[in-house]
Amino acid sequence: MADTPVREVVIIGSGPAGLTAAIYTARAGLEPLVLEGEPSSTSDQPGGQLMLTTEVENYPGFPEGVMGPELMMHFKAQAERFGAEVKTVKASKVDLSERPFKVWVGKDVDAEPTYLAKSVIVSTGAQSLMLGLDREVELIGHGLSTCATCDGFFFRDQEIAVVGGGDSALEEAMFLSRFASKIYLLVRRDELRASKIMQDRAMANEKIEIMWNTSLVEYVGDTKIEKVKIQNNVDESISDLDVTGVFIAIGHKPSTALFEGQLDMKDNGYLKTVPGRTATNIEGVFASGDVQDDYYRQAITAAGSGCQAALEAERWLEEQE
Amino acid sequence: MADADILTLTDDNFEMSLGMEETPVLVDFWADWCGPCKGLAVVLEEIAEEQAGNIKIAKVNVDDAPSTTIQHEVLSLPTMIVFKHGEPVAKIPGAQGKDTILEILSEFM
Ligand SMILES: Cc1cc2nc3c(=O)[nH]c(=O)nc-3n(C[C@H](O)[C@H](O)[C@H](O)COP(=O)(O)OP(=O)(O)OC[C@H]3O[C@@H](n4cnc5c(N)ncnc54)[C@H](O)[C@@H]3O)c2cc1C
Repeated sequence: MADTPVREVVIIGSGPAGLTAAIYTARAGLEPLVLEGEPSSTSDQPGGQLMLTTEVENYPGFPEGVMGPELMMHFKAQAERFGAEVKTVKASKVDLSERPFKVWVGKDVDAEPTYLAKSVIVSTGAQSLMLGLDREVELIGHGLSTCATCDGFFFRDQEIAVVGGGDSALEEAMFLSRFASKIYLLVRRDELRASKIMQDRAMANEKIEIMWNTSLVEYVGDTKIEKVKIQNNVDESISDLDVTGVFIAIGHKPSTALFEGQLDMKDNGYLKTVPGRTATNIEGVFASGDVQDDYYRQAITAAGSGCQAALEAERWLEEQE
Repeated sequence: MADADILTLTDDNFEMSLGMEETPVLVDFWADWCGPCKGLAVVLEEIAEEQAGNIKIAKVNVDDAPSTTIQHEVLSLPTMIVFKHGEPVAKIPGAQGKDTILEILSEFM
């Protein structure tokens, strides 16, 4: 459309990074547009990964801790207070090859672009990995879960499995121990990736049994999970495990598919930025948060880099005038 | 008010209220402690407003309606169930985007 207005800045993503970038650019008078994503039961949703957690204990400013979803509501309210416009949509395509940059929303990616922008801040974060087994998608909500805080309640007094060996797997297992009678933690290797403090807490929890060198290989059950098949990775033997629920927490991958062939990426799919900065290989496009961070991956570091992206975008826009 | 048209159901009025509706009713099972439920609620308010007359939106807080929740085998939050003349006709586990929900609803409107 010839009359599509050109926005100063479009921010893609509404986790801690995107909403911090929105607060800063809004206060700078740039009237940012935030594409916050669409509802989903994975971390890929308005508010981002923290919508799936309960208590956040390490975000500064909350000595008693704060609930993840509540924290993200505050981020959003603060951005809106300064005039950020937030839309509940996903970007379906971008064209960063010329300015103004083009962003599409919705299925019709052959139509005219939905939004035009002088600068773009990418903060699409990361989303949970799944195992990739047969019928995985159809079993979500039928015993298979990507969100312990949402679904733990339904497994009261039942035996369940958590797959994974990092901090988030242990955190889920601990949370689920409030409801389930027994939790098998399936760990692929003979060690945990999780931090020492989480390992100590999990080992001390009598409902959690760690099964080392164990992989989940098949979901069994017609309309919902009735049991699973597991493999011992040392002798490769297969056996049944009687659980009615399975929670997957095997890590995250950056949400960068949208930018393939346009923004430089590392081999692991994370966006590349100028060291210590948020500038990407395309002038006027900045990347912040987990989407460009394969090392820290914390709410506070994501928020910090959202602030960096906003300040860099603001200065870059000034230079263009 | 956007949410004036959204029904709130509990164990006590669930069946009676659904039986009385002429249009299909999309029932959203949710809880305070469910993060993804919050994003979905915003989208359902929009749908309630835009599709007024074609579809009714109802909400069930599972903490206030334990038997209804068990009876309909809700194992995940949020879960949406579409009812027509009091009978369940579709079940959608998990939060979804507006387009996906409207596409599913179009079958029943
Ligand atoms: C269960 C769990 C517990 C955690 N607990 C803690 C904790 O206690 N403390 C801590 O510091 N960190 C914690 N983390 C990590 C923390 O949540 C992340 O580091 C942080 O959320 C990263 O923020 P982000 O803004 O980069 O991206 P994300 O939070 O991943 O948000 C990404 C955003 O991008 C949007 N998006 C993606 N694709 C598109 C698209 N195409 N169009 C529009 N929008 C799009 C999504 O909707 C989402 O809003 C936890 C993570 C998980 C999963």
